[in-house]
Amino acid sequence: MPILEISNLSVDFRTVGGQFRAVDGVSMTVEPGEIVSIVGESGSGKSVSMLALMGLLPWTATITADKMMFDGKDLLTIPARERRRIVGKDLAMIFQEPMSSLNPCYTVGWQIGEVLKVHLGLDKRARRDRTVELLELVGIPSAAERLDTYPHQMSGGMNQRVMIAMAIACNPKLLIADEPTTALDVTIQAQILDLLAKLQRETGMALVLITHDMGVVAETANRVSVQYAGQKVEEQPVSELFADPHHPYTAALLSALPERATTRRLPSIPGVVPGQYDRPSGCLFSPRCAFVTERCVEKAPVTQGQAAGYALCHYPLNQGKPVGHPGPAAILDRRLSA
Amino acid sequence: MFGFILRRLGLLIPTFIGVSLVAFFFIRLLPGDPVLLLAGERGISPERYAELMHRFGFDLPLWQQFITYFTDLVQGDFGTSISTKKPIFTEFFTLFPATLELSFCAVIFAVVLGVPAGVIAAVKRNSWFDHTAMATALVGYSMPIFWWALLLIIVFSGMLGWTPVSGRISLMFFFPKVTGFMLIDSLLSGKAGAFQSAVSHLILPTIVLGTIPLAVIARQTRSAMLEVLGEDYIRTAKAKGLSPFRVVAVHALRNALIPVITTIGLQIGVLMAGAILTETIFSWPGIGKWMVDSIFRRDYPAVQGGLVLIALIVMGVNLVVDMLYGLVNPKIRHQR
Repeated sequence: MPILEISNLSVDFRTVGGQFRAVDGVSMTVEPGEIVSIVGESGSGKSVSMLALMGLLPWTATITADKMMFDGKDLLTIPARERRRIVGKDLAMIFQEPMSSLNPCYTVGWQIGEVLKVHLGLDKRARRDRTVELLELVGIPSAAERLDTYPHQMSGGMNQRVMIAMAIACNPKLLIADEPTTALDVTIQAQILDLLAKLQRETGMALVLITHDMGVVAETANRVSVQYAGQKVEEQPVSELFADPHHPYTAALLSALPERATTRRLPSIPGVVPGQYDRPSGCLFSPRCAFVTERCVEKAPVTQGQAAGYALCHYPLNQGKPVGHPGPAAILDRRLSA
Repeated sequence: MFGFILRRLGLLIPTFIGVSLVAFFFIRLLPGDPVLLLAGERGISPERYAELMHRFGFDLPLWQQFITYFTDLVQGDFGTSISTKKPIFTEFFTLFPATLELSFCAVIFAVVLGVPAGVIAAVKRNSWFDHTAMATALVGYSMPIFWWALLLIIVFSGMLGWTPVSGRISLMFFFPKVTGFMLIDSLLSGKAGAFQSAVSHLILPTIVLGTIPLAVIARQTRSAMLEVLGEDYIRTAKAKGLSPFRVVAVHALRNALIPVITTIGLQIGVLMAGAILTETIFSWPGIGKWMVDSIFRRDYPAVQGGLVLIALIVMGVNLVVDMLYGLVNPKIRHQR
């Protein structure tokens, strides 16, 4: 049984300019002990779907889904009190900005201890022992002396380790890491990713890794879900995805990796992710797609089968060739007009 | 921390000089002089006038008067009142407990109501409570303090008869002064009803003096709280599965209080200014009323000495507030 099962999740935000759909019909499952990566540019709704799961979205958000099950519990209908018993214990999350994600007024020891007190009811002595154990587990040197330090006295990398220690304090079944390395130095990034992978192996928890870094995906994930403008456009096991991307967006992302570049100049995807006011008709990727035809502009695509990586595309790629595509003559030159 | 206190004490020196200058010259800008006012309506012969002016040293050039006053001041001599012939220092600290008692109650009143009101307004943003509380705060802040006092007296003392009009305690009670604080002294006296009488005399002045600080604190708490509630660490606290109450009371409030404490410190000066009006209206025998009386009598030494002493107290309170700030905010504490 999957630990997490989301089907047809949509999140709408109430804004001054009307409703804005940040997540649009996303489905995903995570098996116990699996590492699933969600990839996409900024604004593709990666974080929002996971924040919806955690119940951390502001009141302006409306969440709709056919199914949102975690560990046999329906997160859509669960009362807030019940959800709080799960969140932070079996379902934990770490964030992008470790420096601002810890409370500046309390020591790191206290902040980790709080989780142990609230969820496990440990007494003071047990909390202290477990906190030291956790800090050692996440690789913080001389852990016992670090208990009384404040977040501002430590580096970003150390703070992210504290965040991880706090998240794994109650041995969660699923850990969501929302771009955990984006705010960190490159050398520290690798350490934090190694730490997450190591903890995942040792504890057997499932891990959802949100990132926009394909390199991170290749190194850590088992399965990849690619999101674009709030929609899931492709999902494949990691090796298959890198070998044969089925959606033109995935293919374009991969060809933009420096280690895969064939030309002197790195290829890029023209344009930006559509926002609230410039949502295109038909396929949302059509204004930026190299294979766009009349049909793409007129009609929204449907999700393809497993063989085509669940690609949300009229002409899913197969070994780089668009299947069923009418040929180069039918490609619209939308990039110039855009 | 010790170095910090020393540095702050060093900063007091220029402020002290500035205040003594202002106190000396501004009271002399007022028309009239103490001797003329002592003489009263019937007037005084020019010879007698010159003699008295000479006795108080007011016939000397201004700069000479200032040097005498300032050298006395740095030696701790605040001068002698012209009208009562008592040392200013003794007179000031005889009356100061009354002002301190009133100010303390006003601050407590403002904090106890203002902080929770601000927190609730921020948490229930845009609710009817938020709108009502903030509109009320705006009215409270904008209202002339003497008008508000008179209004309360008319309603609660005049029409309803619930509270006394003026003074610190009913004339029925007489007991020795021990601490100078009426609430404590009335309890110590052991006389039945004395404490109740002291409390009932305090209610209206406390509300009047505490209204502006209350409004400022409520608004400041609300905006600080709103800012803090949007911080990443609040999201973390929610992600830990904490109850909404714990998120607000433990994680948000302490951070939000940091700017609020500064505001409270700044309100102490406002309170001293407010005390002058409040004490005059309620005949509260504190330094505010004493200052007003001294100004009317052109009692130069009393006004000068009183102003300098008030300034020193305000500066001292602000120093304490800054130290408190460090206690709440670990970032500041470690910078020192």
